[in-house]
Amino acid sequence: MPDKPKIGFYWCASCGGCEESVVDLAEDILMVTGAVDIVFWPVAMDFKKSDVEKMDDGSILATMVNGAIRTSEQEEMARLIRRKSKIVIAYGSCAHLGGIPSLANEFEKAEILKYIYSDAPSVINKEETYPLTEFKHNGRYVTLPVFRNIVRTLDQVIDVDYYLPGCPPTPKLLKQAVLTLLSGELPPKGAVLAPDYALCEECPRKKTKPDNVSFTQFVKPHMMLIDKEKCLLAQGVICMGPATRAGCEALCINGNMPCSGCFGPTSRVKDQGAKILSSICSNIEAKSEDEIDTLLNGIPDPVGTFYRYGLAASLLRKKIQEGK
Amino acid sequence: MLSSDKKWEPRIIAFFCNWCTYTAADLAGVSRLKYAPNVRVIRVMCSGRVDPQFILHVFASGADGVLIGGCHPGDCHYSEGNYKMLRRFMLLKRMLKKMGIEEDRCRLEWISAAEGEKVKSVINDMVEKVRKLGPLGIPKRISKIDKEIKIIEKEINPEEAVEHA
Ligand code: SF4
Ligand code: FES
Repeated sequence: MPDKPKIGFYWCASCGGCEESVVDLAEDILMVTGAVDIVFWPVAMDFKKSDVEKMDDGSILATMVNGAIRTSEQEEMARLIRRKSKIVIAYGSCAHLGGIPSLANEFEKAEILKYIYSDAPSVINKEETYPLTEFKHNGRYVTLPVFRNIVRTLDQVIDVDYYLPGCPPTPKLLKQAVLTLLSGELPPKGAVLAPDYALCEECPRKKTKPDNVSFTQFVKPHMMLIDKEKCLLAQGVICMGPATRAGCEALCINGNMPCSGCFGPTSRVKDQGAKILSSICSNIEAKSEDEIDTLLNGIPDPVGTFYRYGLAASLLRKKIQEGK
Repeated sequence: MLSSDKKWEPRIIAFFCNWCTYTAADLAGVSRLKYAPNVRVIRVMCSGRVDPQFILHVFASGADGVLIGGCHPGDCHYSEGNYKMLRRFMLLKRMLKKMGIEEDRCRLEWISAAEGEKVKSVINDMVEKVRKLGPLGIPKRISKIDKEIKIIEKEINPEEAVEHA
């Protein structure tokens, strides 16, 4: 009997939700394990880096890598996986666009370390002990990976073949992706394995979305009782639906929460944040600068709202540091 | 300031509305008004055509400033285009500030077809302000930061390092 195709899973800077989404395949995971051999999945099975190193180059059919890239160790693993796999799939928002971890690109590395190791209210660090990448103790060296200056998407570090979007991707999309891989009929390189239209298209509230929304105020979901039938934008709640790729089947909307944009933009949009900004501002009713200004106070954190899952993949990528 | 840019000159991209500011720039030209040569003008049919993505793209591609010129409020040939631009501009400015891009690097002005003189004064003023700020140089900054990942690339994957370099 010929060997079953080999599949791997790996994680970098991520929360673990992507791994969970694999388990969420439920019974279908039996279909997957029946059809493929999982040869690398550190979160669930006991594999070491050395096991991967021993494999032949290109011997894994596909590896799904979740998580953004922040450390030298993640870079090293990503490169090793790239060499051993025919296909590398960026799995989930963080690998695809930087995800929530890439909101750290709003801050400098030194600022982050200082907050985490000194200034955070729960920290007492009178000796100002900071992590070192190398430390000698009893004649032995202990090492830590290097913490890079910026959070990167997977494709800013290695060549990526496909993207499975979402925070996390839905089991349905994962199952479809595995079936596509096994069918051998591969989509064009660089494809995002989800529909290429905006979420509003598949949203059950689309009928109630007015052509001209005409915002008179912006409200956060906790500030009002949200009508369960009506388009969220029509209620003044920022919904990323118009600038976000479909494929989740409007999970958040069905939970009566606005879309926060985790599937990233469609292929025609370069910068998801600029796109939603454009769409929202066109629809503000106010015309005078004062009125507009007051209204915009309803969006206190535009970067965190519009680039929640994709600052690393945005046009600017990171905050500009003065003088550098 | 980036020390390597000794002979640096500000580079500003301007999006001018066809019906007013672009015509005004033309007028400034035929009236032989002198203004700083640092601005490259892109003609758009209406300031409302300026997608905020254009502005970010221009910054990310190495411009030091972006100037948008449109018809005065009430005069837009498509009636509301300049109001759309105004609202986008106001939110974009808040965002740019958070991303560390100084206020003077992005400017919106209403300039009618008759205001050739205003084209001159706005451009000269903006060039001076951007000159004071120094280069923004986003491509340079990013390639400098991206050097940090080339090290491992070379150590582990000498062949790939060439491909991705
Ligand atoms: S804006 Fe949000 S709630 Fe309204 S139709 Fe689009 S996805 Fe649905
Ligand atoms: S036509 Fe000039 S701003 Fe709209």
